Amino acid sequence: MLYLNIIVAGLLTGAVYGLMALGLSVIFGVVRIVNFAHGEMMVLAMYGACLANAGLGLDPLLAVPLVTLTLFLLGYALQRGLINRYIARPDHEQFLLLLAVATMITASLLMGFGPDARNVQLGYAYDSYQIGAMLLDKVRLLAAAGAVLGAAALSGFFRFTRTGKSIRACADNQFGAQVVGLDVKRLYAVTFGLGAACVGAAGCLMLLLVDVQPYIATDYTLLAFIIVILGGLGSMPGALFGGILVGVSEALSGFLVEPSFKSAFSFGLLILVLLVRPQGLLGRA
Amino acid sequence: MLEIAGLDLFYGDAQALDGVSLSVAAGEIVAIVGANGAGKSSLIRTVFGMERPHRGSIRFEGREIAGEPPHRICNLGIGQVAEGRQVFPNMTVRENLEMGATPPRARAGASAAMARVLALFPHLSERRRQLAGTLSGGEQQMLAIARCLMGQPRLVMLDEPSLGLAPVVAEEVFRVVRELNRRDGLTLVLVEQNVVQSLTLAHRGYVLENGRIVMEGGGAELLADDRVRRAYIGL
Repeated sequence: MLYLNIIVAGLLTGAVYGLMALGLSVIFGVVRIVNFAHGEMMVLAMYGACLANAGLGLDPLLAVPLVTLTLFLLGYALQRGLINRYIARPDHEQFLLLLAVATMITASLLMGFGPDARNVQLGYAYDSYQIGAMLLDKVRLLAAAGAVLGAAALSGFFRFTRTGKSIRACADNQFGAQVVGLDVKRLYAVTFGLGAACVGAAGCLMLLLVDVQPYIATDYTLLAFIIVILGGLGSMPGALFGGILVGVSEALSGFLVEPSFKSAFSFGLLILVLLVRPQGLLGRA
Repeated sequence: MLEIAGLDLFYGDAQALDGVSLSVAAGEIVAIVGANGAGKSSLIRTVFGMERPHRGSIRFEGREIAGEPPHRICNLGIGQVAEGRQVFPNMTVRENLEMGATPPRARAGASAAMARVLALFPHLSERRRQLAGTLSGGEQQMLAIARCLMGQPRLVMLDEPSLGLAPVVAEEVFRVVRELNRRDGLTLVLVEQNVVQSLTLAHRGYVLENGRIVMEGGGAELLADDRVRRAYIGL
């Protein structure tokens, strides 16, 4: 029963990881840019939720719309103003650009908030629900529900709206997209904005579960990479599935071995999947 | 309708178009023929705003469009059926057609256009829930043409629409082109390696060689010309 509780806790945390990784996957799948500043944007969103809590007294859950919108606009502006100029450049130049963005975000956060960990005080932080022998933390449940809702909203957007379909068309055939008169650069900016919005929502939700400090950003970037590659590059269900898998793996390794060992397990899982199924678990060959 | 004058295009140091001038009147089918690498596709790409010319002017319905981006040019009423069809393979036939109605100008009439296009291509209508990537080459070509029509263009440029198709299927493509011109009065620019077919179909034609226009005239007239016959038809 203890195992079940640990697995379920990992599963719920993993859903938030999945939403974060979904952002990376969407950006890569459409714009073909690897967002090396992904974790930094996540941490930026977490600080945004901290500020909304300290300044406006908003619960991180209620800060989701505000932070998500802010991150969308930031992502849109970043792509429109900067990354679009690098689209046709070699990979290493794109890498350096995004690395520079990442470094600037971390440095700004350090200047603004200092290196110490911060969190938000929640009245319901220790509430839990008992279902049979299973014990569910309220925060984890809320965070996971938010993540699933976010992913569903994004999926609906891609399936049913004109802009969403246009973005899929861009990903499917970029030249074809130009031929039908789509403004590809604008759609790239919208896509980067959407990827950043995923991170915005995931950041708020993650703040329910962990403390934030500037240096955890690189860990989140790596985590997002592991998840996306595990699940299959460019596959939306793959990102969610990969997130859940990593969440469970972290929870189990933390319990069985030692919490500081959890990354080793995630990387081990990654190496294993790359050996057996290089395109990722739900990726197309 | 379309007036091109003194168009130069370079890729790096290589000159792809060299002083190209041509005109297309409303209601015409104009064929542009020439060997592989003569600059036919470059010409279409430049008119559509995918390449920036170094010199020269492109006027569409009296308005200078050289240097405008593709999405603007598309919205002015120029449609393109690109080489290699360029459908969206992982989207359904219906979604592909919806994407054709991208220009803001074509949005309002999109559902009427959808009904018209599906009536024109009953074959696509049957397959509208199928992914475009699962269609045959000929069907994809029809889809590319149908998708272009969804944008309600007044001028359509077709780049090698018969390339890679079986002769019977190519025949069908040319029949559709003729019908669009005769029945709907659509103005068409046809770029082809299939010299006989395209010159037979066209009212007028231009022969492009190494980025230059070397001959122009009526379709039948060019087809009867000894130099054209020797160079492109092998007679």
